[in-house]
Amino acid sequence: MNLTKNLKGNGGSRAGRLSLDPVRDWWATAPGTVRWAVYLALIVGALLLPSEAVGSFMAPSGSDWATMLSDQIGIYVLLALGLNVVVGMAGLLDLGYVAFYAVGGYTIGIFATKYGWNFWETLLLAIGLAALSGVLLGAPTLRLRGDYLAIVTLGFGEIIKKTASNSDYVNGPRGIQGIPHPPSLSEFEILGVQPLKYGLLDSRPYYYLLVFFIVLTIIFVKRMENSRVGRAWSAIREDEDAAELMGVPTFRFKLAAFAIGAAIGGSGGVVFAAKQTSINPENFVFLVSALILAAVVLGGSGNIPGVILGAFMLAWLPERFRELQDYRMLLFGAALVAMMVFRPEGLWPSRRRKAELEEGTGGMGTMGAEVAGPVTAGAGVAGEAAEVKK
Amino acid sequence: MLLEISDIHVHYGKIAALKGVSAEVEQGEIVTLIGANGAGKTTTLKTISGLRPLSSGRIVFDGQDISRMPGHKRVLAGIGQSPEGRGIFPGMTVEENLLMGAYARKGDVSKELNEVYELFPRLAERKSQAGGTMSGGEQQMLAIGRAMMAKPKVLLLDEPSMGLAPKLVQQIFEIILEINRRGCTVLLVEQNAQQALQIAHRAYVLETGRVVKSAPARDLLDDPEVRAAYLGGDLGEAASQSDAADDAPAADDAETGDVRKG
Repeated sequence: MNLTKNLKGNGGSRAGRLSLDPVRDWWATAPGTVRWAVYLALIVGALLLPSEAVGSFMAPSGSDWATMLSDQIGIYVLLALGLNVVVGMAGLLDLGYVAFYAVGGYTIGIFATKYGWNFWETLLLAIGLAALSGVLLGAPTLRLRGDYLAIVTLGFGEIIKKTASNSDYVNGPRGIQGIPHPPSLSEFEILGVQPLKYGLLDSRPYYYLLVFFIVLTIIFVKRMENSRVGRAWSAIREDEDAAELMGVPTFRFKLAAFAIGAAIGGSGGVVFAAKQTSINPENFVFLVSALILAAVVLGGSGNIPGVILGAFMLAWLPERFRELQDYRMLLFGAALVAMMVFRPEGLWPSRRRKAELEEGTGGMGTMGAEVAGPVTAGAGVAGEAAEVKK
Repeated sequence: MLLEISDIHVHYGKIAALKGVSAEVEQGEIVTLIGANGAGKTTTLKTISGLRPLSSGRIVFDGQDISRMPGHKRVLAGIGQSPEGRGIFPGMTVEENLLMGAYARKGDVSKELNEVYELFPRLAERKSQAGGTMSGGEQQMLAIGRAMMAKPKVLLLDEPSMGLAPKLVQQIFEIILEINRRGCTVLLVEQNAQQALQIAHRAYVLETGRVVKSAPARDLLDDPEVRAAYLGGDLGEAASQSDAADDAPAADDAETGDVRKG
């Protein structure tokens, strides 16, 4: 209660802005049964989302709503949740997140077409390999901070893409074709859908598969957030040196955040490849990393519902306004800029993140600290420069 | 000997910040490091707590060589630090900040929590306020309280008086004395040399990465050179005047050396 009062008291300019505080207060005191009812309603809502009635509003211009949900929105939400672990929870700026998505896609591409592994086997392998690549990237680079880490991860994303397009083993720029769909689990039919039969014609089963992955990811990440690991991540994000002084093994936890984020991104890549049946290096360009990062920041870095909302908007808006044709990207860009000017904490930020932002660290741990605070700015950057020189 | 640092050298890139600092802290003492901006005080503390790696030299704590021990393990060994600029977690509440202080410890921490609240009644009043929204003085109390949560054998304090009103400075120094009375050894880094020398048992004077003087704190209060350079007195003496003039460019050099200082 005290917290709310102070936050409100701080920002006079804040008055009149959309505040989620009443909802948060209600949610914080809501009994368990109410919470479960809400969770259940959300899942049912997600399952009913591909229906025609919703589609006619969401995608009126003729593009297939169910395909939009599975190919764009579902994938973006899953990737944003994964990147949120790295950026939102641990405060590490990763500009090469697409690399892990690519690792997932190429894992199923290689093992399914060359070795005949099935979807579920490659899924497990891809999660493992993506996590491993997260550790391999993180081990040498996580000693860097803020902007420097961002540049290194950016490079890593490009390396993966260039390697794929220059390697004959994966057909270079032509990519891998003929990736099998997941084996159908059952033929049963409900309301005209066969939700567990994965084929070419119906996108909905893939969407349900993604919903399943997303729900699992949310449960996993939420449990992480409320554990010792989550507390360590918050501490690292808010002040890495202070976290180390509290006895938090900062390096190990940063590595864990990278590995977990990467594993989630890898699983997204597997579903994407299995749905498309073909992948090529152009699927894994920097723009994907940038959009996923934008989704996280736009939605409310660190807050799971916010990140989902951000990813949804980012994937959906450009498709929804196809009738604007070439102007839609211009308007989309303008909307992003306006959003960050008027609501820098994101559409649906967490309370804690708002407090961090107001304090001046930009709510992004070391990443923001070096640009925002007048006290730390010059010295911090110079310090990092010296560190890099070593 | 509780803490013994011998001939430590620390570099930021190619720039040497510490060029062979040696110091000792006995159980139960308050020892202070004083010196101008960029003399290497903060770097010394960061090296002891493990935030900066050593280039050479040795740190022995409680009979154990900790020179290569990672920072988070030194907390368990018994080194607590209130960092420069306080290092409060801005998004966490006061109580969450304090509990982070006990992160490395296992078991019940309510006793230490109560002790901190008793030492700093102000923090008890603000338990659920976000750390980042508190005043400078309150944040400093929180930083010290948080370090106490780990039950350190030695408490490293980096400029606890920085940016505080004189009345609050007084209060913070009284609390440091109280913490020491309760059996915690204190290593204090201060620019406010006057105050620091009044509460410390012994003091080291740092200049451009070297210890230039070490003596009981009382003696340094009367030392003409120290008075001239750090306490703002007796500038009439010819000897100390030339000393002070020497200091100025040297301090500038060191400023670039110790880049992390704000």
